[in-house]
Amino acid sequence: MKQVGTFASVLGALLLVSRSYADELNMRVGVTDISRQVYDLHMVIFWICVVIGAIVFGVMFWSIVNHRRSAGHEAAQFHESTRLEIAWTVVPTLILIIMAIPATQVLIAMYDTGGEDMNVEVRGYQWKWEYKYLDDNFNQTFSFFSALTTPQDEIQNRAAKGEFYLLEVDNRLRIPANRKVRFLVTSEDVIHAWWVPDFGIKRDAVPGMLNELWTIVPEPGIYRGQCTELCGKDHGFMPIVVEVMEEEAFDAWYDEQVKLAAIRREAISQVLTTDELMHEGEQVYSRFCMSCHQVNGQGIPPAFPSLVDTAVTTGARDDHIRLILDGVAGSAMQAFGKQLDARQVAAVVQYERHAWGNNAGDVTQPADVVNLMAGQYRDL
Amino acid sequence: MSNTHQQQEIMRTVKRLCLIVLGMCGFVAALVPLYDLFCEVTGLNGKTGGPYTYDPATTRPDTSRLIKINFITNTNGGMSWDFWPEYGGVRVHPGKLEEVSFFVKNTTDKVMMGQAIPSLVPISATEYFHKTECFCFDQQVLQPGEEMEMPMRFIVGRELPKNVQSISLSYALFDVTESMQTGDLTGG
Amino acid sequence: MSEVIHTDHHAADYSVDQHAGGQHGPEKGLARWLFTTNHKDIGTMYLWFSFLMFLIGGVMALIVRSELFQPGLQFLKPEFFNQMTTNHGLIMVFGAIMPAFVGLANWLVPMQVGAPDMALPRMNNLSFWILPFAFGIMIWTLFSDGGGPNFGWTFYAPLSTTYAPDSVTYFIFAVHMMGASSIMGSINIIATILNMRAPGMTLMKMPMFIWTWLITAYLLLAVMPVLAGAVTMMLFDIHFDTSFFNAAGGGDPVMFQHIFWFFGHPEVYIMILPAFGIVSHIIPAFARKQLFGYDSMVYAVASIAFLSFIVWAHHMFTVGMPLAGQLFFMYSTMLIAVPTGVKVFNWISTMWKGSMTFETPMLFAIAFVVLFTMGGFSGLMLAITPADYQYHDTYFVVAHFHYVLVPGALFSIIAGVYFWFPKWTGKMYSESLGKIHFWLSFIGVNVTFFPQHFSGLAGMPRRVPDYALQFADFNMVSSIGAFIFGFSQLFFLFVILHGIKSGKPAVARPWEGARGLEWTLPSPAPYHSFTHPPVVTDAEVHG
Repeated sequence: MKQVGTFASVLGALLLVSRSYADELNMRVGVTDISRQVYDLHMVIFWICVVIGAIVFGVMFWSIVNHRRSAGHEAAQFHESTRLEIAWTVVPTLILIIMAIPATQVLIAMYDTGGEDMNVEVRGYQWKWEYKYLDDNFNQTFSFFSALTTPQDEIQNRAAKGEFYLLEVDNRLRIPANRKVRFLVTSEDVIHAWWVPDFGIKRDAVPGMLNELWTIVPEPGIYRGQCTELCGKDHGFMPIVVEVMEEEAFDAWYDEQVKLAAIRREAISQVLTTDELMHEGEQVYSRFCMSCHQVNGQGIPPAFPSLVDTAVTTGARDDHIRLILDGVAGSAMQAFGKQLDARQVAAVVQYERHAWGNNAGDVTQPADVVNLMAGQYRDL
Repeated sequence: MSNTHQQQEIMRTVKRLCLIVLGMCGFVAALVPLYDLFCEVTGLNGKTGGPYTYDPATTRPDTSRLIKINFITNTNGGMSWDFWPEYGGVRVHPGKLEEVSFFVKNTTDKVMMGQAIPSLVPISATEYFHKTECFCFDQQVLQPGEEMEMPMRFIVGRELPKNVQSISLSYALFDVTESMQTGDLTGG
Repeated sequence: MSEVIHTDHHAADYSVDQHAGGQHGPEKGLARWLFTTNHKDIGTMYLWFSFLMFLIGGVMALIVRSELFQPGLQFLKPEFFNQMTTNHGLIMVFGAIMPAFVGLANWLVPMQVGAPDMALPRMNNLSFWILPFAFGIMIWTLFSDGGGPNFGWTFYAPLSTTYAPDSVTYFIFAVHMMGASSIMGSINIIATILNMRAPGMTLMKMPMFIWTWLITAYLLLAVMPVLAGAVTMMLFDIHFDTSFFNAAGGGDPVMFQHIFWFFGHPEVYIMILPAFGIVSHIIPAFARKQLFGYDSMVYAVASIAFLSFIVWAHHMFTVGMPLAGQLFFMYSTMLIAVPTGVKVFNWISTMWKGSMTFETPMLFAIAFVVLFTMGGFSGLMLAITPADYQYHDTYFVVAHFHYVLVPGALFSIIAGVYFWFPKWTGKMYSESLGKIHFWLSFIGVNVTFFPQHFSGLAGMPRRVPDYALQFADFNMVSSIGAFIFGFSQLFFLFVILHGIKSGKPAVARPWEGARGLEWTLPSPAPYHSFTHPPVVTDAEVHG
């Protein structure tokens, strides 16, 4: 009796511990209707597996304990039973059918696209995301890149890691609460996958192919996910952060962004001082260039060449700009013309030509970049 | 000797097994066209089919439905052209032939060749989206700074499932200048 | 049990026969191993080669787990991390598990069907000697400029084509060589089984290991050309400007995944069906009771093999597919649970009312049944498409496939090595050392892989060199487990070498409950065995 009591209290303590860890130990329930349905489905299958496992292994361990030779058990001689074999073919089949019904229902609900309130194009890049907001007529209004902001010092263990280590970005994707948002997912280069666990949605971003996803998030908040398809070197460093905003707040933000897009288009005509250029250039460099060319500009040859005292950073300035705009085909050097605005390109060119002991001695202004783009600079 | 008999039997088995291997090699070779055919029939990968011919006399528009079609244009993998649609989206009746335009401009100082790759969602609508004319059927060669208007004529089949109210058609424009230089060797 | 005693006399008879036949023994020195056509020599080489690959792949796994011990980048650059995960996967699948099963087949197929050797002994030599070169090339690329394969063992295009390191051409060449080796090995095994069985051994009297390998060999013949085709298309895309997988030229990166998994899913069963066979020998031997439901075991293996061809797209649920396609692949995948369940129920019924003892092979076999079934359960969960969206490409998947491959395939191989060790070497391994090895492995494997279920459910993607802080505890536990497991396999090497060197002599049938023609041979099995076909009795084969 005492033993039973001890056993019960140990079991109770274990249950308590596991309950407090339950969030960490199980799938996230998430915040959308779909993610809750998926969670419920997950729990149903899980418990079915637990029950089957308990019965099957229970029988096995009972047999292991009792049908031992050391316990004096003599081997029986039976080796087939048609009735039993039919039973354990039919019963699992029935269980599977019972499992398939809710699974099918949830899947059909997930495929209910259409009737959306807004559309966002999600585009994977090595190694960041781009979000393009489309208006009701599907005209692109504004777009931005969303890249990791966790400092290299934290990643290289030189600084304490923040709460959202590896799960923080410069520009969050912002969507309104309570509206059906459709995501059109595709990729620039290799296959990525866009996943927000709390929404219960994940889809591959395939170059040349469009995929669709949708969600309705009832609760404003910040939700984090990660790229889930191996996409090269920095696959582990391209998080997804979605900020779900109250509807009015979102609308205000959206209108402001549309206006800002126009303002930024004008910003390229500005003339900056060399100090401003160097300062901005360093920021652009650390966001877009440093993961390959490294903080000291030395790169990781041969894949990522050095920028210190090389033909590019000391040679003709316009070739330097073109290289950044158009990239180098067949290498990891992307065409940054689509990602950076003219001001950012001018700043980073200025920086690369005057950092780490480089001293080209020239000045690059946004207008120089715009001229090279033949006046065809697209918004943002 | 039973031994030589056994050797004959073994060689017969080996020949049969080699045939299986050869057959599977043939199957793999056939997989690519089979996959394309399968995709065309089922719309598996969201790729719209080749040129479509239809008879205007027998196809009448279904005026009871208006389907929203929107166009998404992107340039891929280091392609630095500009590429944009005339309209972000249009509303059309199934069964009615429509025409929209797309524009490309070569913003570089080199002669380049581009190829647009279509993709469509929802996948269930792919097989009902027919194009009679599309720039994606060929490649475009543009001189430096050249701009081009490219028409696309399409018709949405009247059989389009009732639950589809909007269709998104994406074109990804790829730089295929290299294959222009080495001759056209498209495999798939 | 009286039959068992009789057969020890048979054993003596055959050894006499063998000497009377005037057969020569093995050659001396290196030439023996280079030019041998003897199935036992080749089997031994396969087993040692796979063990070497297992250690190399294991070191790579430990490098990966060291980096993942704590958040942050400690030892590796991300680009090298990717090479380690990729090569760990490729080496374990193609270099460790598959050659180990081929090695077991080489040793056991002739002895279990009562044949003097494999049907095509010279090709047998060739199919082994290709392998060291294939893996030599693949491992060598790690030291080349730009590094070795870094695109995951599934090498999805375009990461493995347009964006691949230059060494990908050597990788493709290596995969072709591995494929050629597997195809030759399979032809040899099928030809032996179909043509060289001792008189009286009808198909439905064949030992389960023979049945599972026969079906596995057919699977290999069917899918290895598919893999070869996939890498050939990659080669053309990379070097000859074709566009099979390149969207720009009208190709489709998703097609690569369809072709890869059309190969890949049967490949998964190639790595588990022979394991079913091994376990179906060991459990009856130590339960001292016939295998329960022999016929249904055969049909279950055949139906698993068939189903493996129509479930491939369950690896691609997130790639974007029409609803009908998703439903088809979900249902067909769930269906695999039925024949798999039949096998598990049959093993447990074999134990039921037996007279069990728990020597090392039996311990590994029981662990196989339990842990493989757990991998099966998580597999069933993964089959449920809506839930798979949450599991896909997370550590939940890593936990799942390691549960079926490590305590599944690998444990069965280890169990088989202990079980047939006396027959191969004529010595007994040390039972107490074997048991220590078992418990270390059992604990290590669970400490490593069980927490990965949790990190996956919590949202940790696979193939990342660094992770967010909430995954830190599970990863630390997992890394500790990996080192326990890794070093307990060095202990395995010690147990084996200790057994070879100073094990007690083994009798012909060291396990009183073991049945099969191989146990009628003396221990160690003579270099040339069954030069005359043995008499097949119901005592030795399924009656």
